[in-house]
Amino acid sequence: MEIERPSVLARLKRWLANPWNRPRLLALWTWIYLAWSIVPIVIAVQFSFNAGRSRSTWQGFSFQWYFQDPDLSVLHDPSLRLALIQSLKLAGLSMLITTPLGVALALGLARWRGRGAKPANFLMLFPLVTPEIVMGVALFLVFTNLLDFVPLGTPAQLLGHVTFSLSLVVIIIRGRLFAVGREYEEAAMDLGATQWESLRRVLLPLLAPAIFSALMIVFALSIDDFVISAFLVSQESSITIPVRLYSSARMAPSPALNALASLLLFGSLTAITLAGLFLRRYRKREGARGSAVEDLARLEI
Amino acid sequence: MAEQTGVVGERTWLWRAFAAPGVTWLILLFLTPFYAILSVAMGKLDPIFLTAEPVWNPAAWDPGVFAEAFGEIFGGALGETALRTIAYVIVATSLSVLIGYPVAYYVSRRAGRWKILILVLLIAPFWINYLMRMLSWVNLLDREGYVNQILMALQIFDEPREWLVGRHETVILGLVYGYIPFFILPLFAALDRIDEAVVEASRDLGASPFWTFLRVTLPLSKQGILAGTVIIMLPMFGDYYTPNLLSGSPKTRMFANEIDLFVNQTTSGGGRGAALTLILMGFVGLLMVYYLLSVARATREARA
Repeated sequence: MEIERPSVLARLKRWLANPWNRPRLLALWTWIYLAWSIVPIVIAVQFSFNAGRSRSTWQGFSFQWYFQDPDLSVLHDPSLRLALIQSLKLAGLSMLITTPLGVALALGLARWRGRGAKPANFLMLFPLVTPEIVMGVALFLVFTNLLDFVPLGTPAQLLGHVTFSLSLVVIIIRGRLFAVGREYEEAAMDLGATQWESLRRVLLPLLAPAIFSALMIVFALSIDDFVISAFLVSQESSITIPVRLYSSARMAPSPALNALASLLLFGSLTAITLAGLFLRRYRKREGARGSAVEDLARLEI
Repeated sequence: MAEQTGVVGERTWLWRAFAAPGVTWLILLFLTPFYAILSVAMGKLDPIFLTAEPVWNPAAWDPGVFAEAFGEIFGGALGETALRTIAYVIVATSLSVLIGYPVAYYVSRRAGRWKILILVLLIAPFWINYLMRMLSWVNLLDREGYVNQILMALQIFDEPREWLVGRHETVILGLVYGYIPFFILPLFAALDRIDEAVVEASRDLGASPFWTFLRVTLPLSKQGILAGTVIIMLPMFGDYYTPNLLSGSPKTRMFANEIDLFVNQTTSGGGRGAALTLILMGFVGLLMVYYLLSVARATREARA
C-alpha cells in the first residue's frame, strides 16, 4: 500500500495541473464513484463463496454456503430455502397478474376520453410517489380491519406487489403506445379490420417488446421488494429473501446469508438483462438510434 | 375535441372496459387502504385489549390520538427523532447532489466511448436489492471487516472502531449509498437531453467552459436536479431499515422507525402508528405533488 502512494500522488498532481484540457478529474471522480458503488457488492458476493464462516477473511473458494453444507447452506437450511421459494413464487405470480392488468389499463387510459378519465389517470400515478412505508401501513391496516377475508401472508403480499408495480407497467406500455402512434391501427381499420382485430393483430404485436420488458421489470421489482412484503408477513413461510436478509443481517450473519443475497442478485440481474436484450433486438429491427442501455437508463423517470 | 372523432377513438366503451379492472384494483387496494389509515388513526381504543378499533364513519372520527401524536412531535418525545430525520435527509441529499452531479455530467457529455459501460454500471445498483447493498456494508464495517483492516493498516486507527452502533456518519453513508443511483439517473436523462448546439453557441460567443457550465448547462439541468432530489428524499423520509441495519440504536432512530415500532412490534400501537403515518404523509405531501406534476408533464410531452 505505502509503496504505491507516491506514484499515485505524482499522477494526481499531473492531472490536477491541467484539469480543463480533458475532463480527467471528472473521469477520475466518476470511476471512484463507480468503484465505491460496485466493489462492496462484489466483496459481498465473493464471501458467499468463502470456504469458512468468516465474512471478512478469505479462506478459499467453495460452494459450501450454496448447497454443500448439510445444515447451513441455502439449499439445506429451511429458513433460507423457504425464503427463496417464497420470493420466486411472489415474483412469478405478480408478474403474471400485473402485466395484463397494466397493459389493459394503459390502453384504456391512453384512449378513453370521458368523464372519469382524468381522475383515473391521476389515481394511477399516485402509487408511484407514495412512500413505501405509507403503502405498507395502509395495506396492513386494510387487510387486518376491513378486507379481512384476505389473510396476511402470501395472498396479502401478492395483492400488495401487484398494486405497487401496476403503475410502472402502465408507464412503460404507454411510452411505447405513444411512440407507435395510431397510424397502423387506423390503416388496419381503413382496410376493413374491426377495432378488436386491429388491436389484436396490429397493436399488440407492436407492443410486444414493451410487454416483455414490463414482465421482467415487474419480476425484478417484486423480488426486490422489502417494505410491503415485511408489513404483510404472517409466518415463517411467507418470509421473502429481503425480509430474511433484514432479520438476519445483524443477528445471525453467516456467508449463507451472502449466498442468499447473491442468488437474489443473479435473479434480478438476469431479468433485467433479458429485458435489455429484448429491447435491443426490437430497436435494431426498427432501426432506432442510440442504445437499449440508454433507453433502460431513462425508463425510471 | 376534434381528435375524439377519429376512427380509433370512436368506441369509448371499449377503452373504458379496458381501464375498468385496473381502476377498480387501484380503488380497492390503493384508495381504500388510505381510508383505513384514516379510520384507524381517528378511531378508538378497545378498552379491554387496548387494540386500535377503526371507526368507518367519518362523522364519528375522534382526532384524539392524532392530536396526541402531533403534540409529541412539537415539543414532545418525538421532536428529537423528527429533527434528526430531517437533518439526515438534508445531509444525505446534499451529499448525493455533490457526489452525483459530476458523475451524471461526465456520463452524459464527456464519457465518449465509455458511455455504455458506465451506464450499465450506473444502472446495476437499481436492480441490486437495497438490503443486499446494506448487507455488504454490514460486512465491510464489521469489527473485523475490511474498513477497519484498511484503516489500521494505514495506521489511521490503532484499534478497530465500532462502526455499526449508533453512529450518525454510518447511517448517512448508508442513505447516500442506498439512494444516490436514483438521483444520478434522472439527472443523467436531463443532462442528456440538453442540445449540444446550445453549449457550443455559448463557447462560440466567447464564454469560458466554466461560465458556460454555470450559465447554460447548470440552469438547463435544474429540472433534473429537482426531480432527482425529490425522488431520493421521498423514500429517505420513509426509511427505517437503513438505520436499523447499520446502527440499530435509539440514538440514530428515524421517524419511520417509530411507525415500524408501533405497527409491527406492538399490538396496541396501531392507532398511533396510523396517526404517525398520516403526519409523515402530510409532511412529504409537497414533494409528492411536485413529483406527480413532473410525471404528468413528461407524459403530456411524450404524447404531443
